[in-house]
Amino acid sequence: MPPVIQIQNVSKSYTRDSFEIPVLNNINMEIEEGEFQALMGPSGSGKTTLLNLIAGIDKPNKGKVIVAGTDISALNESALAKWRANNVGFIFQFYNLIPVLTAFENVELPLLLTKLSKAERKKHVETALEIVGLKDRMKHYPKQLSGGQEQRVAIARAIVTDPLIIVGDEPTGDLDKNSAEEILLLLERLNKEFKKTVLIVTHDPHAADRAHQIKYIDKGDLVEAL
Amino acid sequence: MRVFKLIFKNALRHKLRTLLTILGIAIAVVAFGILRTVVTAWNAGVDASSANRLISRQAVSFIFPLPYNYRDKISRVPGVEQVAFANWFQGVYIDKNQFFPRLAVDAETMFDVYPEFILTKNELETFKKEKNSCVVGADIAKQYKLKLGDIMTIEGDIYPGQWQFVIRGIYKPRDNTTDGTGMYFHWDYLNDRLEADDPLRAGDVGWYIIKIKDPARSAEISEQIDAMFKNSNAETKTETERAFQQGFLASTSAIITAMNVLSFVIIGIIMLVLGNTMIMSARERTREYAVMKTLGFSAKHLTGLILGESLFISFLGSCAGLLLLFPLIDGFSTVIPKNFFPIFTLEPITIVLAVSAAIMIGIISSIFPIQKALRTKIVDGFRFVG
Ligand SMILES: Nc1ncnc2c1ncn2[C@@H]1O[C@H](COP(=O)(O)OP(=O)(O)OP(=O)(O)O)[C@@H](O)[C@H]1O
Ligand SMILES: [Mg+2]
Repeated sequence: MPPVIQIQNVSKSYTRDSFEIPVLNNINMEIEEGEFQALMGPSGSGKTTLLNLIAGIDKPNKGKVIVAGTDISALNESALAKWRANNVGFIFQFYNLIPVLTAFENVELPLLLTKLSKAERKKHVETALEIVGLKDRMKHYPKQLSGGQEQRVAIARAIVTDPLIIVGDEPTGDLDKNSAEEILLLLERLNKEFKKTVLIVTHDPHAADRAHQIKYIDKGDLVEAL
Repeated sequence: MRVFKLIFKNALRHKLRTLLTILGIAIAVVAFGILRTVVTAWNAGVDASSANRLISRQAVSFIFPLPYNYRDKISRVPGVEQVAFANWFQGVYIDKNQFFPRLAVDAETMFDVYPEFILTKNELETFKKEKNSCVVGADIAKQYKLKLGDIMTIEGDIYPGQWQFVIRGIYKPRDNTTDGTGMYFHWDYLNDRLEADDPLRAGDVGWYIIKIKDPARSAEISEQIDAMFKNSNAETKTETERAFQQGFLASTSAIITAMNVLSFVIIGIIMLVLGNTMIMSARERTREYAVMKTLGFSAKHLTGLILGESLFISFLGSCAGLLLLFPLIDGFSTVIPKNFFPIFTLEPITIVLAVSAAIMIGIISSIFPIQKALRTKIVDGFRFVG
């Protein structure tokens, strides 16, 4: 089986005020299916940028990003949106739940794009919330939950569509030690029990320890160690 | 959960802001509705005037009289079918704040020239026969609970003294553009008394109403009449009744134009109010839209979401406005002098205009926020700090 994620000669730069800022320099990288990997590096080194390319919310200027056999760097905007909905679960540092929706509705959101019936959606949402241990908080709004709980709802939202890969950009970055621990356990479980490929960006060595492998990035280059 | 629920929840996110926006739209719709109603009422008044009637008045000013003996001269002009005349009598009836037109008229011809005032044959005949009789409009009869045979006592102001008239006719307006608030009595009755009390003012009429056979010839006939009295000491100015109506209060027509313009300015203002709210909302939700796009929501979805919210707010605002407008227009129509605006009702066209304006405003106000939401790249949306 080929690696589920293949990054081939990828470069990325941003243009700001007509200045070209190089962010990633000719990156090559592979991740096998069922892996749990962490991406570390100093602030501004390009971690988020790389993660975004893998998750299909940004495109490289050069090179290919192949996920499960699909060259996603070649997809157009709307094809890419569909691809994301089917293949990727996202977890953000600041949870990014919709404040006017309940936990249930937040988790249901990605399912609105599917053809599932209302009853089926309900079943999926309840299962996802059950996995993160928040079935009893279904009717709560984000502001009625703790940070750790919000992040668990976000994880439920990320897994409800049963995606191939789960990406997290500093998923524990805004949490206290105990909550962070809960989240890491959950990610481990998703990887072991549900066989998800998990890729997280983190600054926390403790979090990185949970991963099978750590990749380091510095000033836009993959490096052996920091 | 359906998408509509999210629209609804989004709209109610800042309850006070949304409420104020809805209120702003409602007030604007009310203002729009009232202005439009005044404009349509004015136009209806002008439309109601007949094209085959000319009005001949003193050239210098409407307030100066014309000699009675012009009547026969005008009658002889080819194309003229009938000539009537009237004097502005005014006076005070019961309450000096209650205004309706009271005119001394040529009893013989008045109701031939104004067929839109409908009298029974019997009423007309009795009226013509009795010099001290009068005819009132059905609306006035209703307002003052007057019936045939009642006596109206009017305190004269332009023509001082106490005047009494026996009601011999109550005319019905032919349609809703016809004024039902007039009071008409014999010019002879006025003139007889002037001859006795104030002979200098006798023998004058206020203006002539000339019925012509062919409306197409109105300009030509008018010219002919005016030419006839050229260089006399009471020159005439003759024009169609419509032109007369429009010119009667020249300043009013300028006000009407202003109102017309203003009513559309108001639409512009609502657009700004709602547009501002929508832009603020969209800005605050930059991150959320990035999240939704990440989850796979397309441009179509986001457009629907933002447009839906905008339409939802403008719809609520215009509904609230219309609900307020109906009783307001009703209230106004009871206090506004009927003869000034014979019909003062909320026309369906006004409602249609208000509602379609609201829809248009909903659409236009969402264009900018939609554009913004669609153009913002996901990665930039996440980096956005409001
Ligand atoms: N959308 C963008 N537009 C312009 N510049 C960007 C954008 N995204 C990232 N950058 C720039 O690219 C560089 C790398 O950013 P990136 O967010 O990938 O770093 P990071 O490793 O995730 O840092 P941190 O640990 O602080 O999150 C930075 O200099 C950043 O300013
Ligand atoms: Mg980052």
